Amino acid sequence: MTPRLLWRGMLAGVIAALLAFVFARFLAEPQIDLAIAYEAAHARAGAPAHPGMAHAPEPELVSRATQKGLGLLTALALYGAATGGIFALVFAYAYGRWAKLSPRALALVLAGAAFVVIALVPALKYPPTPPAVGQHETVVLRTIAFFLMIALSVIGALVAHSLGRRLRPRLGALNAALIGAAAYLVLIALAQVLLPAINETPADFPAVVLWNYRVASIGMQAVLWLVVGLVFGSLAKRTLSHGRA
Amino acid sequence: MAIAYGVSDDVFIPVEGEAVIPVKDIAPWAAFGLLLALICLYFVSTEQGALSLFKGMYVHEFVHDGRHLTGFPCH
Repeated sequence: MTPRLLWRGMLAGVIAALLAFVFARFLAEPQIDLAIAYEAAHARAGAPAHPGMAHAPEPELVSRATQKGLGLLTALALYGAATGGIFALVFAYAYGRWAKLSPRALALVLAGAAFVVIALVPALKYPPTPPAVGQHETVVLRTIAFFLMIALSVIGALVAHSLGRRLRPRLGALNAALIGAAAYLVLIALAQVLLPAINETPADFPAVVLWNYRVASIGMQAVLWLVVGLVFGSLAKRTLSHGRA
Repeated sequence: MAIAYGVSDDVFIPVEGEAVIPVKDIAPWAAFGLLLALICLYFVSTEQGALSLFKGMYVHEFVHDGRHLTGFPCH
């Protein structure tokens, strides 16, 4: 049963990535172009947005058209297939264990949780940044901090979930869920306080571009996870009702 | 035996007579699947950024927009 679910998770992830690509192409790419135009204007004026951000003189390895088209599609398809596969594995374990939910309902609940835990909550601490925001020298620190934030969010969600399940017999479903959610909030607040603050937005970077870019980026993640939940749910329903592999 | 739940008109379908997929059925796929998925995610998120397995910037530039939009530090 597991390989059949895994395969369908990857398929759902790729389908979701196609829709996320269309969303990003129309809503996010214009913002990326504006950020690159800002960067180029600074380079031309001889005053890079950040000291040491010598981005302009190097020859273009990959054209903007490819970055926006095939490059973005490839990156999202790989991201979708990988996260969709992991999603299917979590689903295979959770089905019948974590909640007595139907395949489609469980897939939607898990997809919503995945969006909050690995996309939305890490983005509250380290929001996605367009080109021209972020200093080249700090990329290692920023990468470590971002991955740590995702890891702590996932661990926090698992701890909160098992706490909620343990309290359910004594306190009832709603109270146990509320205490679980509160535990997650406390753990996330701790992680946000302990992890380093990163603010590398150039002083004159247009605020509207930054806001629109971030809304588009998080919106793209919402599209991705919503479609994974819907598509995988209906595929899993069919697979599971066929019974034995 | 199918039992309907309030959250949807869909039904809970027990797997092979039991309600769960055994862990020993999931584990090898989880190990292999996670390994492959993490390698894919590494190339989308980190290669030629914070870490570099290959010289140059081609991978970085090719996945550039996707890396920015999925929230990973790009450069």
